Amino acid sequence: MRQLCLRVLLLVGLVVSGSSLAAIDTYEFADEQTRERFHQLNGELRCPKCQNQSLGDSNSPIATDLRREVYRLLKEGKSDREIKDFLVARYGEYILYRPELSRHTLMLWLAPVFLLLIGLVVVLVLVKRRRSAVQSATLDVNEQKNLKALLDASETSNEVESNKRD
Amino acid sequence: MKRVYLFVPLIIFIVLAVLLGRGLMLDPNKMPSALIDQSVPEFNLPSLASEERMLTRADVVGEVSLINVWGTWCPSCMQEHPYLMKLASQIPIIGVNYKDVRADANNWLVKLGNPYVVSVFDEMGTLGIDLGVFGAPETYVIDQQGMVRYKHVGVVNERVWLERLKPVVDQLRGEG
Repeated sequence: MRQLCLRVLLLVGLVVSGSSLAAIDTYEFADEQTRERFHQLNGELRCPKCQNQSLGDSNSPIATDLRREVYRLLKEGKSDREIKDFLVARYGEYILYRPELSRHTLMLWLAPVFLLLIGLVVVLVLVKRRRSAVQSATLDVNEQKNLKALLDASETSNEVESNKRD
Repeated sequence: MKRVYLFVPLIIFIVLAVLLGRGLMLDPNKMPSALIDQSVPEFNLPSLASEERMLTRADVVGEVSLINVWGTWCPSCMQEHPYLMKLASQIPIIGVNYKDVRADANNWLVKLGNPYVVSVFDEMGTLGIDLGVFGAPETYVIDQQGMVRYKHVGVVNERVWLERLKPVVDQLRGEG
């Protein structure tokens, strides 16, 4: 019974929250550029409560508050950098979906380059190996002479063998 | 010599398995607080008891104490409340009533008891944002100078108090 109640509540919650989001967030912007920046920032900042959603995606109360805060800071004429710093000071680097390049995040930023380099080295080694394999498949003059000698020798020995059998 | 290369995929697998395995053990909800070893932010907000009485940072710092962020809308706060009542005799607890309705909050304290030495009424959640609150209840340990020394997200119960908060409090009291 309790479970059922919970499910019904959740369902109601889903329906209500979906429809209320549009109603809550009505922000007026001085110009199109600021509106663009607002949406850009909301997309890049992470909701601290629901960590797989950006501020723009989430309709949790804290995301609503932080969107309002971003709006307020934009209105005060703060730069994107200042707004991000403001939030990082309170919620930590965690809030950035695009982390800054620092000692902690060095590996995160450099790993793709590093892996790409490994891939390049592997490809180069393979190509080189194949090329040298192709080259060694053709015989130089000396090798050809040796081969001929060997073939002749085996032919004559074959003849001797067959003669013996006759 | 060539045979050694055969083990490369296995080694890569083991390294990845260890890294990813460790990743699974981590709690993705654990957010390191940005405020640890930072000063409690300045604020100027009314007290919960009376609209006229304004409280600032100076009114809440001075002793090793707890700052407890709560609201009547928060079920976990209800769960935590009885233990805070017990804890109130051991350490001053400062309440931050976060995004709440004043009358509801005062009713709650009258009905269930008031564990707080003083309650700040943060209706719009501005102090909450400065503290880096993302959901009630949250509890901060602050030292004599008003520096945040520890943050606990979630319900404070006997286990949390004894294992996490009390050691920090004891150490701070020892220093002071």
